[in-house]
Amino acid sequence: MRETDGLGDVRGVLRAGERPAPPSAFSAVLTHAWRAMLKIKHVPFQLFDVVVTPIMFTLLFTYIFGGALAGTPREYIQYLLPGVLVQTIVFITVYTGVGLNTDIQKGLYDRFRSLPMWQPSPLFGALLGDVFRYSLAGSIIILIGFIIGFRPGGGIFGVVVALGLILVFSFALSWLWIIVGMLMKTPETVMTMSFVFLMPLTFASDIFVRLETMPGWLQAGVGRNPVTLLARAARGLMHGNVVMSDVWWVLLASAAITAISVPIAMRLYYRER
Amino acid sequence: MSRDYRTVASLASIHRMTNAIETQELAKSFGTTRALDGIDLTVREGSVYGLLGPNGAGKTTAIRILTTLIKADSGRAIVGGLDVAREPGAVRRKVGLTGQYASVDEDLTGTENLVLVGRLLGLSWSEARRRGTELLEAFALSDAAARQVRTYSGGMRRRLDIAASLVIVPAILFLDEPTTGLDPRARNQVWDLVRRIANEGTTVLLTTQYLDEADRLAERLAVIDHGKVIAEGTSRELKASVGANAVHVRLADATQGDAAREAITRVLGDGIMPASDPMMISARLTSTAQAADVLTSLAQAGVDVAEFSVGTPSLDEVFLALTGKPSKSATEEVER
Repeated sequence: MRETDGLGDVRGVLRAGERPAPPSAFSAVLTHAWRAMLKIKHVPFQLFDVVVTPIMFTLLFTYIFGGALAGTPREYIQYLLPGVLVQTIVFITVYTGVGLNTDIQKGLYDRFRSLPMWQPSPLFGALLGDVFRYSLAGSIIILIGFIIGFRPGGGIFGVVVALGLILVFSFALSWLWIIVGMLMKTPETVMTMSFVFLMPLTFASDIFVRLETMPGWLQAGVGRNPVTLLARAARGLMHGNVVMSDVWWVLLASAAITAISVPIAMRLYYRER
Repeated sequence: MSRDYRTVASLASIHRMTNAIETQELAKSFGTTRALDGIDLTVREGSVYGLLGPNGAGKTTAIRILTTLIKADSGRAIVGGLDVAREPGAVRRKVGLTGQYASVDEDLTGTENLVLVGRLLGLSWSEARRRGTELLEAFALSDAAARQVRTYSGGMRRRLDIAASLVIVPAILFLDEPTTGLDPRARNQVWDLVRRIANEGTTVLLTTQYLDEADRLAERLAVIDHGKVIAEGTSRELKASVGANAVHVRLADATQGDAAREAITRVLGDGIMPASDPMMISARLTSTAQAADVLTSLAQAGVDVAEFSVGTPSLDEVFLALTGKPSKSATEEVER
C-alpha cells in the first residue's frame, strides 16, 4: 500500500474487530473519575490557583487582624482555620460547572454521548474526581494551618470528620454547578456566576468574625446561612465541642440541595443541545 | 401465502444488508428554524457518502440525529438496520462519530485520550492501552503519544480525533467536516485516511463545505441547502445535470473582466454562468466547436488569458446553479 505523508501502515488496524460488551455503569464512572485524576496530574496549577488565595487570606487575617479580633494571632487561627477550609472547598465547587461547560463546548460530550456506556457516567465520574480534588485542597489548607499554629482540640479524628462534613455539603453544591454549567454559554460566565453566588454566601457568614459581633439584623440572616452552620459545625468537630444540631442542619441542607438539583441536572443532561 | 410472506421478509433483510443508512422525510426544527425539512438519504453499505452544503444547511443536524445525539421531530432514520428513535443504544454500538470540533481532551495526552475511549467502549485497561498504541502508530502520532493534546497541531488533533472514533472500528463512521480549518497537507492526510477506512469496509458519511473534498472522496453525494436535499447522485451525474460542456477562462488581468465577458457573449450569447471568483469566467457551450471561436474572440479583444479549458462544469458551478449562490469555499477564495 502507498505510504503518503508519513501515515503509518493502517492495514489491519482499521479492520472491524470484535466489539466488546459495553462497560458496566460502575466501570464507566471509574473511567471518568480516572480522567479527572489525570487532569489534576497534568494541570496541577489549577489546584495551586484555588489554594493560594485561601492561604493568603489565612496569613493576612491571622497576622494582621488576628490580634485585634481574638487577642493573639495564635488564638485567632484556632477560630479561623475551620472556616477558611469551608470557604476554600465551597469556592472550588464552581470548577465542577466550569469543567462541565468546557467539555460540552469542546464537543467532548457529543463523543461521550455517542458511546454505548451508561449515559450519566461522565457526570458521576467528574463528581468523584471533584471530591478527590476537594480533599486534596482541604488537606493542603489543614497542613498550612498546622504549620502556623492550628491545634485542634478534637484531634485528628475531629479534623477528618469535619472535612467529611464539608465534602458532603460541597458534593451537594456541585450539583447546582452542574446545572449552571449546562445552562451557561461559556466557562467564563459560569465563573462570573460564582462571584455572584459564592461571594455573598461565604462572606456573609461567620467564617472570619463571630456572629455576636455583627448587628442584630445581620445576625438573623448570617445565622441562617448554611455556610455559617457548616463553619460552626466544622469548628465544633475540630475542637471537640460540636453542637450536634449544627451537623444535622448541614446534612439536611445538603440533602435538600441534592434532592432538588439532581432531577433538574439529569433533565438538562438528557435535553438536546 | 406463507411463502409470499417469507419472500417479503428476506427481501427486506437483503435490503437492510445493503444500505447502511436510510432516512425518510427526516425533519427537525429548533424553535422557528427548520433545520431539516424532510430529508431522504440512502447510503449503500461500504461506500463513502458526502453531504455537501453551506454553513447552516442542516448537515450537522442530520449527523446528530443519525448518531442518536438528538431526536428527529418526524420522519424515519435507519442506521445499520436499526431505527435510531427506537433503539438508540443499539445504534450507538454500530456507529463512530468525529464531531465538527476536535472532541478530544486537551489536558490529556494522546494515549490517555484513546485509553479513555477504549475503556468507555468496554475494553480492559491493557487492551485499551494496546489498541491506543497501535492506532497512534498507524496515524503517525507515536512521537506525540505522551504529550498533552494542547501541544498538537490542528492536523494532529484531527487525526487523534478520528483515531478516537476507530478504537473499535465502527460499521458506520460519521465525520462532520473532517478537514475544516486544516492546511492542505493535513487535509491530504485526512483524505488518505478516509479512503483507507472505507477500503477496510466501514461505511463513511462525511459532511463538507468543500466541493473538491466531496468530489474526491464521496462516491455519491447529496447537496443540502436550507434543510432540503436539492440534488443527489454521483458527482459526475450532478455535473451533467447542470449542463453538458463548459469553457473555463482564467484571466491574467482582473481589470479585463468586462472586456472578456463581452468577447465571450459575442460568440455564445447568454451562456455565462454566475461566478464567485473575479478572475474566472465559465460559460456553457452548445457544442465543443464553439470553444475555438471563444478563444479567437478573446484574442481579438486583446484579453490576456492565463488558462483556458473545456470540460464539464465544476462542482462550484453545480452549486451555484442549484442554489443561486456561491459555495463557502468559493466565497472564501474571493475574500482571500
